[in-house]
Amino acid sequence: MSTGPTTTLLTTIAEQPSVPSGRRIGATSPLGSFIARRILRLWWSVVALVTMAFLMVRLIPGDPVRNALGTNATPAIVEARRESLGLNDPIWLQYFNFWKGLLTWNLGDSFSLRMPVSTIIEQRLPATLELAFLSLAVVLVVSVPLGIVIAALTRGGRRRGVDLAFTSVTGLLTVVPEFLIGVGLVYLFAVQSQLLPVAGRGDASSYILPVLALSIGVSAGMSRIVRVEALTVFEQDYIRTARAKRMTPLRMYLRHALPNLLTASLTIGGIVLGSLIAGTVLVETIFSWPGLGLTIIDSVRSKDYPLAQGIVIVYGLIVLISNLLIDIILVSLDPRTALKDT
Amino acid sequence: MAPVNTTLPDSEISSDTPTPPVFDDKTFRSGNRRTYFLSTLRSPLGIAASIALLVVAFFVAFGPLLWGESAGEADLSLLSAPPSAEHLLGTDAGGRDVLARLLSAAQLSVVTALAAAVFGVSVGVFFGLLPIVAPLRIGRLINGIIAVALAFPALLLAIVASIILGVGVGGVILAIGLAMAPSYARLTQTLGAAVAGRDYVAAARILGVGRLTILRRHVLPNIRDPLIVNVSISAGSALVAATGLSFLGLGVQAPQYDWGRMLNESLGSIYVNPVASLGIGAAIVFAGLTFALWGEVLARTFGLHSPSGRSRRKSSRQSKQAALPLQVSGDSVLSVRDLHVEAPRGNSWVEPVRGVSFDIGRGEILGVVGESGSGKSLTCMAVASLLEEPLHVTASSVRFDDNEFAIDGKLPGRLRSKAMAKMLGTRMAFVFQDPSTSLNPALHVGTQVAEISLLHGGLKRKQANRRAIDRIAAVKIPDPSRRARQYPHQFSGGMRQRAMIAMGLMGEPALIIADEPTTALDVTVQRDVMELLQRVNQENGTAIMLVSHDITLIGAFCTRVLVMYRGEIVETLSAEDLASGRARHPYTRALVAAVPHMDATPGSEFATIDENADFPDTSEGRCHD
Repeated sequence: MSTGPTTTLLTTIAEQPSVPSGRRIGATSPLGSFIARRILRLWWSVVALVTMAFLMVRLIPGDPVRNALGTNATPAIVEARRESLGLNDPIWLQYFNFWKGLLTWNLGDSFSLRMPVSTIIEQRLPATLELAFLSLAVVLVVSVPLGIVIAALTRGGRRRGVDLAFTSVTGLLTVVPEFLIGVGLVYLFAVQSQLLPVAGRGDASSYILPVLALSIGVSAGMSRIVRVEALTVFEQDYIRTARAKRMTPLRMYLRHALPNLLTASLTIGGIVLGSLIAGTVLVETIFSWPGLGLTIIDSVRSKDYPLAQGIVIVYGLIVLISNLLIDIILVSLDPRTALKDT
Repeated sequence: MAPVNTTLPDSEISSDTPTPPVFDDKTFRSGNRRTYFLSTLRSPLGIAASIALLVVAFFVAFGPLLWGESAGEADLSLLSAPPSAEHLLGTDAGGRDVLARLLSAAQLSVVTALAAAVFGVSVGVFFGLLPIVAPLRIGRLINGIIAVALAFPALLLAIVASIILGVGVGGVILAIGLAMAPSYARLTQTLGAAVAGRDYVAAARILGVGRLTILRRHVLPNIRDPLIVNVSISAGSALVAATGLSFLGLGVQAPQYDWGRMLNESLGSIYVNPVASLGIGAAIVFAGLTFALWGEVLARTFGLHSPSGRSRRKSSRQSKQAALPLQVSGDSVLSVRDLHVEAPRGNSWVEPVRGVSFDIGRGEILGVVGESGSGKSLTCMAVASLLEEPLHVTASSVRFDDNEFAIDGKLPGRLRSKAMAKMLGTRMAFVFQDPSTSLNPALHVGTQVAEISLLHGGLKRKQANRRAIDRIAAVKIPDPSRRARQYPHQFSGGMRQRAMIAMGLMGEPALIIADEPTTALDVTVQRDVMELLQRVNQENGTAIMLVSHDITLIGAFCTRVLVMYRGEIVETLSAEDLASGRARHPYTRALVAAVPHMDATPGSEFATIDENADFPDTSEGRCHD
């Protein structure tokens, strides 16, 4: 810094250590407070979920037990059932007992299956989780690369044909609901060609159709979103900086664009996970998949309230906990998100 | 069931102009909107959507009337029969004609869906707007409830609602509506908050306008359009959801039937009569698509989506003028002759850079000055081969460091050879305008600085990192080895710009193109960065092309100045001439006059250049020295 006749003062300033802008001020780290905030939010969501499941049965017009047992049941039987369910207790005690039962993993007995609800859930849950997470994996593996490749091919308005084909096909697939895709797959692979099994859970081939039915539409929708995100990233100044370094397009996309798409993709992954888990209900019905979805539908139709209650809570917990996990992964990938979310 | 609000980004033509807002307040006023709506209707999309809507509407209105009776007739000799001339989609397990049932079920299916969508949107909008008018504490409570409700998938909420409400049509409408409501509440909230945060609403609030009036006058009109679009899209989702619930047996109950229940029943005989299932599925998809298409038509009408009207590729431009003779002076590092940049706008082409020619000597600091949009940045990007399609770059010659880039008058955006990539990567460096966006937020600063040597210097990662730390130290960033492992967001603005310069110094640059390098920085930091550039210039003999709209800065740091106006170089003069007021071109004089002075009479108006001011055409009397 020896140049310039009038710059001595400024030079000395410049050579002093600069402002530690990135350093965290104060004792609480943003990451810690972020996780604390998220866990607090999870807690409130769990309270809301449990309260909703509790109120669900109490809000049913008329007497839920009479509803469930039908008009032929004698008043004595109804009364006995009410007593055993604790429906004659004051409401606060019922609520307290509900929480107690939940924390001791004792959710009462199913009306229709005459088994503890907790046992039924333990038996059925793995099948549903397998379906949901396999589909999530398929969705991420398909839509992130596809969205990025299409964005790379069509950025700046080039290759209008590819753009049009992609937008129409994915647009159509997004409109078609998973249960119709399921029906279509049954038709193609079972009725027409008898290539794959369509009912039940057995060897690996029995997973193909349910996972496809669940993931095709979601993959299409998500690859559209990834494409838009990728197009935005490609327009950023730092991509211009990368281009000015003159590297291969592959390196530019993988090294400079992809890390910036990861957080967006994961966020979307979190959003679609909820709809994938809900989608299992429909897909399990089509493919007679022995999971929670099939069970909750049966329980609603047969007015088996304890079982429905238990499954609603489990479904809700799966969604809430996976959202929390995704948020924590996001923050550890990109610490700036912790600061944004206040 | 989540509301959709995606917009495709359009590529920007000039880095000088900011991105046009995708959705501005009342961009389309009612008169304008009507013509826009009609023109959207006449597009292929609009025609398809209208025809589809008419078809759906016809079957919804007259389906039960026309086919209701035949739908009830059971032919017990034909159970689950495959299609025949009499029964186009075959018969169901009860021997009834599937097609007749399909058409008469349209009414119940579509009306249920529409009712659910309207109910869900109304509830959602109500609770989304409530926090704006309600007392703060209640508003927070509602926001909290919405946030919690959003965490659960809509189908799950619908199942819970149908447990409480019982199965049946009414249950379906309420269940789907309630399940949709949270996402609408959130959408309304987001849209409303964006409007409520604007300056004119703040002004209204300060003037004492009541909350309800603000809601009615400012918030509602501004959120109406996106809401209408989303209602149309979610009518489609509601249809799918309603048929889904009926399919699960939680919706419409016998003897009523809708598409969902029919699909469930037909699935049992899919091996005997698959056409029935496929036909019902097609009906659901058709109705769902109709609503989706209408959503798109409405979105275009309201200007929420810009119709992708990107024009075709620029056809190869014939060399309209004889190439100027090359006059490459031996000591120039960059020599440009007759550079043009063309950009598509609508269906025609505009030419933001029109025949620019200049030289930069080795070790020279050349200033390029001009107002926003005068083509300064585009010129830089063009000579650096950084412009891509759809921009079209031609030049009779661009020579950098004794290499000719132009081939047959064209300047390709993609590099032709590895050698050229290496040459440009190591010999030409860049400092861009905004250091906070020019560095990759996801990579360590050291990694980004080191990359040049990794790519072109043949260094291993370790050596490259060591060199990067050395370069970071050279631009006077303290504690370089720690800083190299940090992310750009942990740097101050001035340090980021230094890091950019360090990145350029990884090679042995013959030219640094500095495009508004200090515009985004504080005044004191500006000086630091400029001095650093000057030091690089003096110590390494690196030429610098300094682009700025700041004529004072250019005058202070450059030896020679190019003045650009509307895509042309209108004057080339030395810094002394500029400083001593010897500029010849009227535009240059106007620029100089527009610089505020400390000795101006207090209260006197600043000199400005009128936007429509026209300076004499420069094609004849170019003022070159």
